[in-house]
Amino acid sequence: MVKEFQQAKWLEPLIFEIGGEGRIGHIVPNPDDEVKKEVGDIEKLIPEKLRRKDEPKLPELSEVEVVQHYTRLSQMNYGVDTGFYPLGSCTMKYNPRINEELASMEEVMWIHPYQDERTVQGALELMYKLERWLAEITGMHRFTLQPAAGAHGEFTGVQLIRAYHEYNGELDKRDEIIVPDSAHGTNPASAAMGGFKVIVVPSNENGCVDIEALKAAVSERTAGLMLTNPNTLGIFEERIEEIARIVHDVGGLLYYDGANLNAIVGKVRPGDMGFDIVHLNLHKTFGTPHGGGGPGAGPIGVTKELEKFLPVPLVEYDGEKYYLDWDRPHSIGKVKGFYGNFNVLVKAFAYILALGEEGLKTVAEISVLNTNYLVKKLKEIKGFELPYGKDKPRKHECVFSASPLKRDTKVRALNVAKRLLDFGIHAPTMYFPLIVHEALMIEPTETATKEQMDEFIESLRKISEEAYSNPEIVLSAPHNTSVTKLDEAMAARPKTLFLTWKMYLKKSSE
Amino acid sequence: MEKDAHPYIPNSPRKIRNTLLKEIGVNDISELYSDVPERLFYKGKLKLPKVHSEYEIFKQVRRMLKKNRTVLDMCTFLGAGVWPHYIPAVIKALISRGEFLTSYTPYQAEISQGMLQTLFEYQSLMAELLEMPVVNASMYDWASALGEAALMTNRLTKKKVFLVPKIIHPERFSTLKTYAESAGIKIVQVNFNRDTGQLDLNDLDSKFNEFRGEVAGVYIENPSYLGFLETQVDEVSDIAHRNESLLVVGVDPTSLGVIRPPGDYDADIVVGEGQPLGNPLNFGGPLLGIFATKDDMKFIRQMPGRIIGMTKSEDGKYRGFVMTLQTREQHIRRERATSNICSNEALCAVAAAIYLSLLGKKGIVELGKTILYNSHYAMKKLNAIDGVKAPYFKAPHFKEFLVTFYREGISVETVHEKLLEKGIHGGKNVKREFPEFGESMLLCVTEIHTKEDIDELVSAIKEIVEGGR
Ligand SMILES: Cc1ncc(COP(=O)(O)O)c(C=O)c1O
Repeated sequence: MVKEFQQAKWLEPLIFEIGGEGRIGHIVPNPDDEVKKEVGDIEKLIPEKLRRKDEPKLPELSEVEVVQHYTRLSQMNYGVDTGFYPLGSCTMKYNPRINEELASMEEVMWIHPYQDERTVQGALELMYKLERWLAEITGMHRFTLQPAAGAHGEFTGVQLIRAYHEYNGELDKRDEIIVPDSAHGTNPASAAMGGFKVIVVPSNENGCVDIEALKAAVSERTAGLMLTNPNTLGIFEERIEEIARIVHDVGGLLYYDGANLNAIVGKVRPGDMGFDIVHLNLHKTFGTPHGGGGPGAGPIGVTKELEKFLPVPLVEYDGEKYYLDWDRPHSIGKVKGFYGNFNVLVKAFAYILALGEEGLKTVAEISVLNTNYLVKKLKEIKGFELPYGKDKPRKHECVFSASPLKRDTKVRALNVAKRLLDFGIHAPTMYFPLIVHEALMIEPTETATKEQMDEFIESLRKISEEAYSNPEIVLSAPHNTSVTKLDEAMAARPKTLFLTWKMYLKKSSE
Repeated sequence: MEKDAHPYIPNSPRKIRNTLLKEIGVNDISELYSDVPERLFYKGKLKLPKVHSEYEIFKQVRRMLKKNRTVLDMCTFLGAGVWPHYIPAVIKALISRGEFLTSYTPYQAEISQGMLQTLFEYQSLMAELLEMPVVNASMYDWASALGEAALMTNRLTKKKVFLVPKIIHPERFSTLKTYAESAGIKIVQVNFNRDTGQLDLNDLDSKFNEFRGEVAGVYIENPSYLGFLETQVDEVSDIAHRNESLLVVGVDPTSLGVIRPPGDYDADIVVGEGQPLGNPLNFGGPLLGIFATKDDMKFIRQMPGRIIGMTKSEDGKYRGFVMTLQTREQHIRRERATSNICSNEALCAVAAAIYLSLLGKKGIVELGKTILYNSHYAMKKLNAIDGVKAPYFKAPHFKEFLVTFYREGISVETVHEKLLEKGIHGGKNVKREFPEFGESMLLCVTEIHTKEDIDELVSAIKEIVEGGR
C-alpha cells in the first residue's frame, strides 16, 4: 500500500537567469505631473556622494514569468497541504484556511501599529482576549504576545529570569541555568544569549530528568531550569512537581518550553505543574502555518510575581476601551519592534474559536492516540527500536532509533528519512534528541488520518525490507524528489561556498 | 453529526477512535495518560469558547476586526519603522500556495527545493540591492537584527562598547539594549548636529577616545529614524575602521534604488527592515529582519540565522540548494551557537523576493524616485504654511520627515485630533521621545499617497494651524 510518488522536477533556472532586457513585472505609480513640476529636479535632492550610481543588478521579468517561476518552485516544495508531515517537535498539523482568510482582511493587513488607539479597537480587543485564553489554557497570570517565535520567547523568558533575580539583588551570584540533555538546542542557546552559564543534567533510563543529578546540579547559583513537558522523547515528566520543588527551594525559576503542549492542551496546565514562565508556539499547538520557517509567534506567560517584568506594551481594558500600557517601570523593555506577529495572533484566535474547550481536549487526546498507534505498529518493524521508558505511553511524539538497522545493514536514520521522501511522505526529525542514536522523531499530530499513518507504517516496513535485502536503493535515496541527494559538504566548503548569486558570479570568474 | 467529530481531526469519530484503541490494546484514551499524576489534570471548566462552526468564526472575528479603521479608509501618514506600500496582487496569490505556506523550515532539502531556491533568490536579490555579498535567510525584524549585529561585532572584536546615534527609533534602541546588555555590551549614544540631525563627528571621535580600544562597532541608519539621510557615511566608515571597529548600517531597502548602498561605503554588517518589500503593515508584525555581511569567512562564521547555499547533487548532475553552515546554529552548537534563532520570517522573505523580481532593476529605481517626489512635494507644500516647518532638519530626506508647528496654541495633539476629525491620520507624535524638537510629528509619504491625498493633508493642516490664530 505504499504510494508511488514523483515530485515535480522543473529544473527551474534562477530568477537571474530568466527574463529579458526591458521587461517589467509591476508598474510603480508615477508621481503626478504637477508634483514633478513643483519638486523639480530630484537629482538635486540627494547629494552627489550619496546617490546610487549603478542600478542594482536585479533581473527584468514580466509579471507572467514571475508567476510561473514561483508557481513552479512551489510545486517543488512539500507542505502539510501536500501530505503526511510527521516532523517531530514541529507539530505539523493542518492549518485551517478560514484563518488565512481572516488574517488577510484589510482590517488586519492595512492597520498601522501607531494608529490612534480609537481606530484599532478591534485589533486590541483580539489581543486582549487571546491573552486571556492563553492564560487560561496554561494556568498563567499574564502573557506578552510580542515574541516572534519559540526561541524568541525563550530569549524573552531568560531576560525575565534575569530581571527577577536582579530585582531581588541576586543576579550577581545566580549565573547558571539548568537544561536537560534531551532539551531542544534553542534552550541552551537562549540561556547563553541571556548571559547565563548552561548546566546540563542527564536523563535517566526512562528518558526523564535524573532527579539525583538535578539535586546535585542545583545551588544558590541556580537562576532557573528550562524544561519541556512532555519532553522531547514524548514522555511525560511524572515527577515534575518534585522537580519544581527542587528548583524553587534553591530560589530558581522554572521555565516551560511550550513547543510540546499539543499532547496536554486543555487537560494539564504548565502553571499547575509549578512553572513560572511559559512560552507557546502558536505555530505548533495553535494551528498557524510555518511558512517554510516562519513567521510564527512565541507568546510568553508568567506568574503574578513576574508580571511587572514583561516587555512593553501590554494591552489593557478600562471597561470601555482597550489601550496599550507603556508605563511599566520594571519592564525588561522590548524584544522586537511593535507588539508581536499580529497576523499570526489572528489565526491562533480563530483556531481557538474553532476548537473551543472541548475541541482542544480532543486535539490533545487524538494526537496522543495517533502517536501510540504508531508506537505499537512501528515496534514490530525490524531494525527499529524504541529506547527509554519502553512501557511508557508516548504523548505528542515518539522517538525511534534506527541503530539496529545501521548495525545490521549500514542503513542509517538519514537514509531511512531520505527513502521516506520517495513514498511521498515527509521525513521525521532526524538525530534529535541527542540522547538517542540514529534518532527518528515522529509526531503525527491529531490531523493525521489513520490511512496516512498506515501508509507511513507500510513505507517504513518496506524500507526495512529493502535495507536487509537491497540496501543500495535506500542508501542512494531519494530518487523521486525534485533533485536527488544533495552534496552538503560542497555547500559548506569555503571554495564552493555560494550564498548568493553575486558570490557565485564572483567566485566563478576568479 | 457525532459530538466529537471535528473537521480538523480526522480520527475523532467514535468508530475510528475505537479501532485505534483496540489496535493499541487499551480501552480508553485516559489509559494513555496513566503516567500523568491525577492531581495535575485540570478539573474545573476552562474559561474558553465553545466549539464554533466556520461561519460563526467568520462572523465573529470579522465583526471584531471591522472595528478597526484601516489606512485605506482614512488617508494615513504613519511610518516610523513600518511603512505603507502597495503590495502587488501576485504576491498574495503565490505566498498563499499551500506548498509554501504549510511547509516547515526546509530540513529535508531534496523535497524542499522550492522554498530553498526561493530563499536563495531572496538572499541574492537583497545582496544586489545592498551591494553586500552575503545575506541570511531573515531575522525577526530590524530591531532584533540590530541586537544580533551588536552581539556579532562583540564576537568578532572581543570589544564591549557599541556606539549608536542619539537619533534612533526608541523601540529599536530598547530592543538593542535588551540584546546587548545581558551579553555585557555597553550601548553608548553619539550626539547629533541640532540643525542637520547629522552625526556629530567630533563627539564620535571623543567617544572613541573615551572608550579607547573598547569599541566593537559603530551603528548608523540611512535613512535615519526621523527621515533625514546621513551624508557623512564615508567619514563615519573611516573613523570606525581606523579605530579597528566595525561599521553596522541600518537601511530601509526601498531607498536603495536611488541612495548609495551600504556595501559601497564598506559596511561590515547591514541590518534593516524588509517589510516594505511586499509585506503588509499587519499592525506591526510579522516583519522581515534583513541581515548581511562581507564575503569573509571570519564574518560569515559569526553570522546568526539560517543561510541557504547553492550546491550540486552528489552525482554532480544537478544544481540544488541546502541550508548550510549549520554548525553555527543552535541545533548543533547549542550554548555556543552564534544565535538561538530557529524559526525566522521565511514567508516574508519569499514575499520580498517576489516583490524585487516584479520591480526589477528599473522598478526599484522608479519606486525610489516616486517616493522622493511625493515626500518632497508634501514637505514643500507644508513648509509654505505660516507657522509650519517641514522638514525640521536642514538635510536631504527620503520618505519621512519631521513637521513642526510653531504657532502659539498649536500642539501636535491638536493637529492630530483635528486631522482625525477630518478623516486623516497624521504622523507619529515624537514629542515624548525628542522633546527638543518642539511640536513635531513624523510624517511618512510613499508611492501610495497621491497628489490629492497630500493636498488634502496640506489644506487640512493649513486650516487647523491658521484657524488657531
Ligand atoms: C522543543 C522545541 N523548543 C523550541 C523550539 C523553537 O521554536 P521556534 O522555531 O519557533 O523558534 C522548537 C522548534 O523547533 C522546539 O521543537
